[in-house]
Amino acid sequence: MVIAAFADFMQQIVSGIASGGVYAALALALVIIHRSTGVINFSQGEMATLCTYIAWTLTVNHGWDYWPAFVATLGFSFVFGVATHRVVIRPVERGDLLRVVIVTIGLLIAINGFVVWQWSGEPQALQSPFGSDTFDVGGVIVSVQDIGTIVVTIGIVILLWLLFQFTKVGLALRAAAVNPTEARLVGVRVTWMLALGWGLAAVLGAVAGMLTAPSVGLDPQMMQPILIYAFAAAVLGGIDSPLGAVVGGLALGVMLNLIGVYVDFVGAELKLPVALLVILVVLVVRPSGLLGRPEVKRV
Amino acid sequence: MRTLLELDDLEARYGPVQALRGVSLTVGEGEVVAVLGANGAGKTTTLRAISGTVTRSGTVELDGKQLRGGPEAAARAGIAHVPEGRGTFVELTVTENLRLGAYTRRDRKVKEDIARVTEYFPWMTERGGQRAGTLSGGEQQMLALARALMSRPRLLLLDEPSLGLAPLIVREFFRIVRELNENEGLTVLVVEQDARIALQSSARAYVLEVGRVALTGRSDKLQDDESIRRSYLGY
Repeated sequence: MVIAAFADFMQQIVSGIASGGVYAALALALVIIHRSTGVINFSQGEMATLCTYIAWTLTVNHGWDYWPAFVATLGFSFVFGVATHRVVIRPVERGDLLRVVIVTIGLLIAINGFVVWQWSGEPQALQSPFGSDTFDVGGVIVSVQDIGTIVVTIGIVILLWLLFQFTKVGLALRAAAVNPTEARLVGVRVTWMLALGWGLAAVLGAVAGMLTAPSVGLDPQMMQPILIYAFAAAVLGGIDSPLGAVVGGLALGVMLNLIGVYVDFVGAELKLPVALLVILVVLVVRPSGLLGRPEVKRV
Repeated sequence: MRTLLELDDLEARYGPVQALRGVSLTVGEGEVVAVLGANGAGKTTTLRAISGTVTRSGTVELDGKQLRGGPEAAARAGIAHVPEGRGTFVELTVTENLRLGAYTRRDRKVKEDIARVTEYFPWMTERGGQRAGTLSGGEQQMLALARALMSRPRLLLLDEPSLGLAPLIVREFFRIVRELNENEGLTVLVVEQDARIALQSSARAYVLEVGRVALTGRSDKLQDDESIRRSYLGY
């Protein structure tokens, strides 16, 4: 009895980490853009949905295998992210940040409309590259889908970390984010770095979308709750901390899963309000998040 | 001496305020030239206009070629601008700051150059992993200089390097600048509030007044002329 309960608990932890990985990927996308552009990209979820539809079209309509379609979708999402910055964001970037925020909300609506127009609102099924097998680890039933999701998100996060930490362009990306004026003086083309950041964020979103679709079904509203979880994850970890986004995402995934299962009155329906509660509590108690540095403004 | 930098009738404005009203000056290859003057005379703006950080009119020629575009273009043309108030990325480490200095270079000798540049600043080698924001003010100013050198600049622009630093550190800073000039033929245009140290460290100087060149001459002559010192340099 006790052992079964423990196995069940561990199972919830694993699937919590898997969904947390998806929140982490999208939260990281939000953090990358917030660090460089200074705003929250409200259209991050819809961008991810659009990219996931591209993957669906490639596999279902054009008969591509999953992984080539996965890679092609990442390529598409990168170009899409860069183009979004160049065409839509850059013209309004100077001056009030509120203008950019409003434009990202406009993008949310526009992309959602485009997706419904192009693919209809009918839910579609995106195949899972990992199948629906499960295996047994000492009484704990683990699904291959969960493990695959965890491996892919961790892999993407590590690749990004290597890019930011060890490459020249990664260093330039960080320099442009923390001090654009200074970065231009050493020759960094800052506006292109911002566009590159949007491209990387879109790639992360596409990964999150493609990992989400097999379990919840692909529809135009698919990423909207995930975006709320990603907000909560980013706020929990610290909106300017990439590591915080990952930690926050995983922690939130596990926490929501456990609450959903063990706290009777919450169930699956109240997970979203719990995420909003997390945002509220963090903003009141520790606005800089778990791993963020408190903002110090020099006057 | 070959002319490396030539400014002709340079003007710049911040909104309605005209900061430069036609500045013309030259810097020879391998020369250290100082720009002096009171607050608001246009010293900092002169450097900003050269590197394209402010919109300018008039011409800036580097080695006979007219510069166009913003600071990214100036950096690619070989101008290293150390701005006022420590030009470092405080959130990045010492080594990352140095690597960024070499950003415009295409060659693969960045590591060797870090070793070469840090010979002038021995403390940096052991503290490469430290965040620049945790350095002292003097150390940050040295790091800003080291980072500028990493680009192998044809022209170094220094904006008020003495600002907020202890006199001993200011002297050390200018000693290194002179050494770089003598050893490596580095060309420097330095803007300074501290006229005494700037004149000691430069060959020629320009004195600005309300956006115009009021006076120019050899630094030793300016230093010896008591009336000039009193009326323009305030010491």
